[in-house]
Amino acid sequence: MLLARVAEEKIASLFRGGRITGGVFLGKGQEAISVATGIALKEGDIFAPLIRDQAGRLAFGESLLDFTLTYLGARSGPMRGRDGNVHRGRPRDGLLPMISHLGAMVSVVNGMLLAHRFQGKTGTVGAASLGDGATSTGAFHESLNQAAVEKLPLVLVVTNNQYAYSTPNDRQFACADLVDKAIGYGVNGHSVDGTDLAACLQVIGDAVRTAREGNGPQLVVASNLRLAGHGEHDDSHYISSHFKKLPLGRDCIEVAQSHLLRNGWADAPSLEVWARECAVQVDEAVAFALREPAPDPALEEWCALSHRHLAEGNPGKP
Amino acid sequence: MITYLEAIREAQRKALENDPRVYLYGQDIGLFGGAFKATKSLAQSFPGRVIDSPICEDAMMGSAIGAALQGMRPVIEMQFADFSTVGFNQIVNQAATMFWRTGESCPITVRLPSGGTPGSGPFHSQNLEALYAHYPGLIILTPATVEDAYSMLLEAIALDDPVIFCEHKYLYYHLKAESLPETALPVGKARIARTGRDATVVTYSAMLHEALAAAEELATQGWEIEIIDLRSIKPLDTDTVLASVARTGRILAVGEAWPWGGVTAEVLARVATDGFNLLDAPPMRLNSKDTPVPFHPNLWGTHRPTASTIANALRDLLRL
Repeated sequence: MLLARVAEEKIASLFRGGRITGGVFLGKGQEAISVATGIALKEGDIFAPLIRDQAGRLAFGESLLDFTLTYLGARSGPMRGRDGNVHRGRPRDGLLPMISHLGAMVSVVNGMLLAHRFQGKTGTVGAASLGDGATSTGAFHESLNQAAVEKLPLVLVVTNNQYAYSTPNDRQFACADLVDKAIGYGVNGHSVDGTDLAACLQVIGDAVRTAREGNGPQLVVASNLRLAGHGEHDDSHYISSHFKKLPLGRDCIEVAQSHLLRNGWADAPSLEVWARECAVQVDEAVAFALREPAPDPALEEWCALSHRHLAEGNPGKP
Repeated sequence: MITYLEAIREAQRKALENDPRVYLYGQDIGLFGGAFKATKSLAQSFPGRVIDSPICEDAMMGSAIGAALQGMRPVIEMQFADFSTVGFNQIVNQAATMFWRTGESCPITVRLPSGGTPGSGPFHSQNLEALYAHYPGLIILTPATVEDAYSMLLEAIALDDPVIFCEHKYLYYHLKAESLPETALPVGKARIARTGRDATVVTYSAMLHEALAAAEELATQGWEIEIIDLRSIKPLDTDTVLASVARTGRILAVGEAWPWGGVTAEVLARVATDGFNLLDAPPMRLNSKDTPVPFHPNLWGTHRPTASTIANALRDLLRL
């Protein structure tokens, strides 16, 4: 989670320096729940991260280079300049590239799990990340219901960070707690303090294990506060100072660090060493990506079909 | 004799038999056999591979995309083409962009029971081929014959790209053939359904049969009309269309779908840009009226092109 924080801060500074085309979306404050999801998953599992899942991506096994190459638009990145920033993935490795339409990735995870069932692959789990805003969509409803009907090993991790872009919870939903939705779908519900890494590891670990053992979909709702703008273009002035004083407004990395210090599992100098090591890794990954060539329109295939002979080209051009 | 609907069922049976990656997913398609019986008895023959879905077109499509990424060959039955708009986002933003974004192919066949029948009304009659053809990354098929319904569905399932398979409900029971074909034209090739020298009609799906009837009527008055069945809307076989126009010098494009920006507009745009010098008369087109599809047979019969309105349009075209 520390590596994710350091990596995102680096990209944010490059954005402020005008080096990044397009948006930059940070997971600041959400590293604990995200990394817990990535850690609980194993090789062969499926992960559909959302925009605040840099920590979960790294824990799931995505390379730091995929992050820097995509943000910097390098031709050698997994998306080859065709898509950018958080819209990256490697479906073959079980890592799905999110589209922007919220809730849309959940049923894709369902389908991958259905395929595992057809293919006799047992013991795999699929996790999808969502925010509080995505729970309002039809796609959320359709996909969670579908997973429940098929009893799929889906773990749906909803991080309620109090705002969907600028919209607060009271304009997003009217139930007392999002976890109450679980009973309506006939799935298990779990709540967790999203600022507490130890609790996230415990609760997500339990949910993933329960799904893996064949007990159907699990809905996890984590509560925290987004400690950044929706994207780096957003000053997030609308976030109420009231939340910042509450326990859910804590920075999960600070919470985790004091937990380590309190238990004597690490001391202050070793925390500094970790931060420096992360910074070195990030600097190397950024430097590498900056040296990589940008996509070249003359070399681009401009073909959206895998069957090239069925592609239409540009009819009517002289 | 075998009907268009039976051909669709037999193609699915053959695909299930020959390819263990194929499964069918849709509403009421299991033991019930589907709203139109396009999957009748398949659930019994292929246990666990013909699956009833909840009413969730978005999740139906999303799950098909996931399964396709994991090596399966899903065939999705939308109960009516009209309902596919609920799954539109997954089709056009997820399935259609997958190969281009990630390099991973997304082999899905989406069966859309399309087109008008008397009494079906605004929400069970739509023709959405132009809507899907607008998006890069999809292949759009519109079979007009029993033989094509069978062979093109098999080819759709075998293709590595997502295919929107627009099967016409009006043809389900009306259209019969002696037997199923052994060979077929490949996807992307149009077929000359009737040869002629005086004018070309370019059409597809159920309108082929209205156009053939119109050509029959005009033949009694000495006109020889050439009729092209496009078979696939995307890719569109512009070469066959232009070659025909080169012979006849006149073109009428006919579609049952709405007029604005659709297949007929695309065909005429291509003829105008690539074959302007071949034309002896301004190109013409005929579509349904620009309203929702009406319920009452009197209104419906006037809303869409028919043999009679096609014949009238051809007379105008031949006089020009």
